[in-house]
Amino acid sequence: MFDWKWDFAFEILPRLLWATLNTLMAAGAGYAIAVVLGLVLALAQRTPIRALTAVVREAVEFIRSTPLVLQIFFVFYVGPQFGLRLSPWTAGMIAIGLHYAAYLSEVYRGGIESVPKGQWEACTALSLSTRDTYARIIIPQALPPALAGMGNYLVGIFKDTPMLSVIGVAELMHTANAIGSEHYRFLEPITMVGVIFLMISLPAAGLVRLFETWVRRKLGMIR
Amino acid sequence: MKDLHDLSHYPLKLEGPDRPMVSFRNVTKRYGDLVVLDGLNLDVAEGEMVSIIGPSGSGKTTVLRMLMLETIQGGVIYVDGQPLSHMDRGGMLVPATPRHLRAGREQIGMCFQHFNLFPHMTALGNCMEGPVQVLGMSKQAARERAEDLLEMVGMIDKRDEHPARLSGGQQQRVAIARALAMRPKVLLLDEVTSALDPEVIGEVTGVIKKLVEKYRLTIMMVTHQMGFAADISDRVCFFYDGRIEEQGAPADLFSNPQKERTQQFLSAVKSAD
Ligand SMILES: Nc1ncnc2c1ncn2[C@@H]1O[C@H](COP(=O)(O)OP(=O)(O)O)[C@@H](O)[C@H]1O
Ligand SMILES: [Mg+2]
Repeated sequence: MFDWKWDFAFEILPRLLWATLNTLMAAGAGYAIAVVLGLVLALAQRTPIRALTAVVREAVEFIRSTPLVLQIFFVFYVGPQFGLRLSPWTAGMIAIGLHYAAYLSEVYRGGIESVPKGQWEACTALSLSTRDTYARIIIPQALPPALAGMGNYLVGIFKDTPMLSVIGVAELMHTANAIGSEHYRFLEPITMVGVIFLMISLPAAGLVRLFETWVRRKLGMIR
Repeated sequence: MKDLHDLSHYPLKLEGPDRPMVSFRNVTKRYGDLVVLDGLNLDVAEGEMVSIIGPSGSGKTTVLRMLMLETIQGGVIYVDGQPLSHMDRGGMLVPATPRHLRAGREQIGMCFQHFNLFPHMTALGNCMEGPVQVLGMSKQAARERAEDLLEMVGMIDKRDEHPARLSGGQQQRVAIARALAMRPKVLLLDEVTSALDPEVIGEVTGVIKKLVEKYRLTIMMVTHQMGFAADISDRVCFFYDGRIEEQGAPADLFSNPQKERTQQFLSAVKSAD
């Protein structure tokens, strides 16, 4: 039925595997940015400075309600208009990191809000500083409920990396497309990209769940 | 009649050997338009055990929370002679900064109805947290202090357990040890036995009794246990609608209440038992 050519598939495999590394790097770097920046966005919404809280709130809402691919385009093509000339990689990491930071900030916010009020009061009663209250008491308890959401977005960011191909980041999708154009054959490269994504996504989701259990146990929170 | 909102009528500090450990002067607490406490005056002497009783919603918890968790809208609160709700700025009392409040509150400990232990830390970790992070003690010194206190409340065997594996009575005893680890001058207890099964209440009241009789700690205790309050208090304050309706030595207040509302409340509590 299909005209699948194994020898062609093997020929292009090394190039695709190489591109897989780029995809993983893009997902990893984007996620690292998102994890840290997301926390900043979440905490900024809890400061007593009303104006800051409102601005961050709106920015998060804005990022969440516009498509990622648009944001990637925007940073890469509109950035130079403001004197911000970025390489595809840098622009891509900024766009995808920011995009997922907005989502993760909501996950963190949910986690922080799930910590009972009594925990905050206990911190005040012990005169813990705001910093210690967050770092030692609130965030460790906000983490387990946030982990499931964080894991979903880790898989999500990985699956969204093909969008970086639109600005020429040489990740999997971009490479498969290039191979297709060179050889006038798309069946093998595109199918293989699908299989590679599947082979990474599925175990990743499982690993995330194991990690979640491990963290809960580590924090002594398994009843 | 002096203007109670004019802060210049309040002393910058309370001096002298008889000065109270805690002093509420004309303290008003509002939530929005709701006046919860109106012009509260209450002094607690050093080493005194004051119980606060009264119907639900009468403002008992609020009295304690003003010392530890809330700002006030009128009056001044002093702790150990120094203003807590306010501070001295060039000979004038001005509302306290968060920093001043935190420093003042380091002298106060509080225990809650629902314990509020840190679930991700062991009993020992809970008791070391304040001394290490706030008082800057070494881990070693904080551990020794925490172990002494856990021993005192009878929880030393469970020092490495997380709260989820402790009963309510055990958790509350750890919470008392955690508060004491900060060496507070005043301990606030808000219905610390209300969430406990009847058979373990004695574990906790036993510890409180020890604090009163052996250590003579200054304690303000909100409670529904009239028998216990009568047993260990130096003074009992009956709150009604945000005011102290009646106060006195437990023997007087419980056996010979003067006010009608006190009589009603006490007989209602008695018939409920
Ligand atoms: N955070 C709050 N916001 C609004 N009203 C409150 C708040 N906390 C307490 N109150 C009100 O203050 C009054 C006194 O409450 P509380 O001190 O908890 O009473 P008690 O401890 O005697 O039951 C009640 O009417 C209660 O509804
Ligand atoms: Mg109460």
